[in-house]
Amino acid sequence: MDTASRMTEMQTISTDSADDTWEVAGHRFTSRLIVGTGKYKDFAQNAAAVEASGAEIVTVAVRRVNISDPSQPVLMDYIDPKKITYLPNTAGCFTAEDAIRTMRLAREAGGWDLVKLEVLGEAKTLYPNMVETIRACEVLAKEGFKPMVYCTDDPIAAKQLEEAGAVAIMPLGAPIGSGLGIQNQVTIRLIVEGANVPVLVDAGVGTASDAAVALELGCDGVLMNTAIAEAKDPIRMARAMKLAVEAGREAYLAGRMGRRKYADPSSPLAGLI
Amino acid sequence: MTTPISLTVNGEPRRTSAATIADFVRELGLKPEKVAVEHNGEIAPRSTLEQVALCDGDQLEIVHFVGGG
Repeated sequence: MDTASRMTEMQTISTDSADDTWEVAGHRFTSRLIVGTGKYKDFAQNAAAVEASGAEIVTVAVRRVNISDPSQPVLMDYIDPKKITYLPNTAGCFTAEDAIRTMRLAREAGGWDLVKLEVLGEAKTLYPNMVETIRACEVLAKEGFKPMVYCTDDPIAAKQLEEAGAVAIMPLGAPIGSGLGIQNQVTIRLIVEGANVPVLVDAGVGTASDAAVALELGCDGVLMNTAIAEAKDPIRMARAMKLAVEAGREAYLAGRMGRRKYADPSSPLAGLI
Repeated sequence: MTTPISLTVNGEPRRTSAATIADFVRELGLKPEKVAVEHNGEIAPRSTLEQVALCDGDQLEIVHFVGGG
């Protein structure tokens, strides 16, 4: 191949990567990394980490205003909701009713219809209560919300959520805040293969390779908070996650080699001296 | 100036002379466009905050977005 055609080929490849976007409920995004905004030292560090991560969506929680000191700085002063999509969550809700109430408030607080639904089962594991989650999903979808739903890594529950109106399935890789990495790659892959909506691993990522695995399994994206916020250098880890997500996605699109039981030499056997 | 009324705001007792929800939110030092309000258990749509009158004994929940995962 001459230099000119090689250059053309390389440009084609890089263009393909730039065009690789994903869509949820009619909203198109380039970054496949969604980051949380909890646990940071301060808002400035949080904003710098979001910037370094390249994320276009951040999750936010809905809480009471501190009326005794309303002059405290607020998240919106540091992360502009006009530039970064706010994805309000229902973290801390243990019943469908609490989650629905929180989402209705979030919509009025300036969040759009795209929301992250999570209904927790117990404080110790923060495992989802799927019965309550599916019930809340149905109600919210009927009210016009577009719920992206945190769930167990259960391919059947994932299908039920889709039927209940979920616009994205977000199975946990491991418990929230555990940093254990994706514990069951088989079930995550089964969910990906069975879903007609985007699948994002939500929770459990501890380091960059975990994020790459999520994308290599064919997930459309990954959501994380603690892995970045609790790193010794959160901004550097945010950058690492950006690269890992891109690398994982590229590897998935490239199509990995098959696995062999024994060695296969990379250098030719012919012409050995 | 209207007679002060008593409210329960985010679980705490408050007294105010504000006539509407939006006036009260501003009295707290908050911007109505950055919060959401529940008025006696019902969402108060943002477009109505300037009109909805407050009555003695009303319960308000005022929330906003904070960091979360």
